[in-house]
Formats: sequence, C-alpha cells, structure tokens
Amino acid sequence: MAPDMVTVIDLVLLALLCATAIAIILVRQLFAVAMLTGAFSMLSAGLLVTLDAVDVAFTEAAVGAGVSTVLLLGTLALTQRRSEETRRRGTAPALLAVILTGCALVYATTDMPGFGDPGAPGFRHVVPEYISGSETDIGVPNIVTSVLASYRGYDTLGEVAVIFTAGIGVLLLLGRRREDEIQDEARRSDSGGEG
Amino acid sequence: MLEAITDHYNYWLVIFLLMAGLFVTMTSGNLVKKIVGLNVFQTAVFLFYISVGKLEGGTAPILTGEPEQFSNPLPHVLILTAIVVGVATTALGLALVVRIRETYGSIEEARLQEADRQDELRAAAEQGR
Repeated sequence: MAPDMVTVIDLVLLALLCATAIAIILVRQLFAVAMLTGAFSMLSAGLLVTLDAVDVAFTEAAVGAGVSTVLLLGTLALTQRRSEETRRRGTAPALLAVILTGCALVYATTDMPGFGDPGAPGFRHVVPEYISGSETDIGVPNIVTSVLASYRGYDTLGEVAVIFTAGIGVLLLLGRRREDEIQDEARRSDSGGEG
Repeated sequence: MLEAITDHYNYWLVIFLLMAGLFVTMTSGNLVKKIVGLNVFQTAVFLFYISVGKLEGGTAPILTGEPEQFSNPLPHVLILTAIVVGVATTALGLALVVRIRETYGSIEEARLQEADRQDELRAAAEQGR
C-alpha cells in the first residue's frame, strides 16, 4: 500500500510534535516554554483535522493554543521568566521509569485493533445508532453536536460543574490576595499618617 | 511485521509524546514547567483517543446528505469535554503557582523544600526553648 497524502501529513505533524516535546524538555527560558506549548497545541489541532475530528481541532486551537498560552504568560508576568539552573535530581530513574512505561504501553497497543480498522469494537456498539439517529431523532447534521448536547447531555452538564468548581477555586486563590493587599495598603497609610 | 508498524505507528508516536510530558512533570523543578508537562501529557491523551476513533476512508462526522463512512463521533465528544476541563484545571494549577510565589518568593521546588525545612527547624528550636 503506497502512503497517501493524508498519511504523509499525519507523519510530518507527528514528527513536529515530537520535536516540540523534546524542545520543551530542554529549554529553560519559561517564555520560550509557553510559546512552544502554544505551538504544540496548534500542531495537535492540525493533526486532529487529518484525523477527522474538526470540532475537537477548533476547540483545541481556540482553548488549548489560545487561552492556555494567555494563562501561562499571565502567570509568568506575575512570577518569574526563567527556570533556575538547579541540578535536576533523579533524572536517570525518571528516564528509566518513562522508558519502561513507554515499552509497556507499546506492547499493549499490539493487542489493539489497527489504526483506522473498520472492524474495531468502538464502531459497533452505540455509534451506528448515533449516526443514523442524528438526523431523524435530533435533527442536527453535525453528529458531534447531537451527541454532545443530546445523547450525552449529562456528560456536558458534568463538565459545566467541573468548570464552575475550578472557577470558584481560582477566585478563592487569587481573590484573597487582593483583600490582603487592601489591608496592607490600609495599614501602610495608617502608619504613614502617624509618622 | 510491516503490517504491525502501519497499523500502530500513530499510537507509538502518541506514546512518545505521553512519555515526554510525563518526563517533564517528573524531573522539572520549576512549577510552571511541571504544569506545561501535564498539558503535553493531556494533549497526547487527546490525540490517542481521536486516533482510536479514526476510520480508514472515513470523513468528519457531519451529515451532508450523501452516503458516507464517518469516523467515530463518540471520542470526539469526550475529548471536546476533556479539552475544556483541562484548561480549567490548568487555570487552577497556575493560580496555585501564583499564590505559592507570593508566600515563598519562589516557584522552584528545591527552594520551597529548603524554606519548609528551615521553618520546621525554627519551630523545633522554639519548642525546645
């Protein structure tokens, strides 16, 4: 079987992703790490398009490459720009653990159905019903939308609960800071008035 | 042998990305870089799920009126949810990093441990007095 164009694009994007991952391991400048993370997300969005997941691709491009990078840059502005040149402890055991885990995972994939195999169990169970029912039951041409909003609507409700919890967490963590600062400023202006 | 490679190369490269993210998370002493490692790991898991849902000769699961083979839409939905949840957890992690920086004055793991150790020593000295 001659490799078709999509396979070539797929391989090129995967190679670029691997190169970006290695660069993230090596670089110490945190600004560069943030930019590389953005590039990593953007490349994976491209790969998701070749894998037919267009909805996931534009979410990854907007949220993964956009919002995540902005959050990282904001954190860098509030903390520090450079990772210190401290000696890394336990690099060799970590490398060993990573290689062993990787080998175990690769061994496990040999039991999986092949890439793009139409006989894979994942395509048999409820998926044909979702595909045929999307137009007749829900009336939405985009099957991903009909599964997200209707067949698996409770999952999406759970997602909203998780985001709400995370939002409250961020507010509690960073909102308290502002209160402390206000108190500090009040104290400073009091002592300034006395002196 | 060749068939095993063409059937699974996508999974293997994704596993490399997974392990790269895990390595950054384990060895990096900087808290921001640890979170970046988690993000890389997460994105690799997304790619793995979408790879499993890919169908040879399939297209994006959008009905156009023509009879077509579609890739599996179910993993797409799960990963759509996971991306948004991932950003929410990243935001929470980064907020924690900002707070740690304000309290300790550093986001390097080694310095945080050093500061904790000195606090413990000081507390022990005060108890002994």
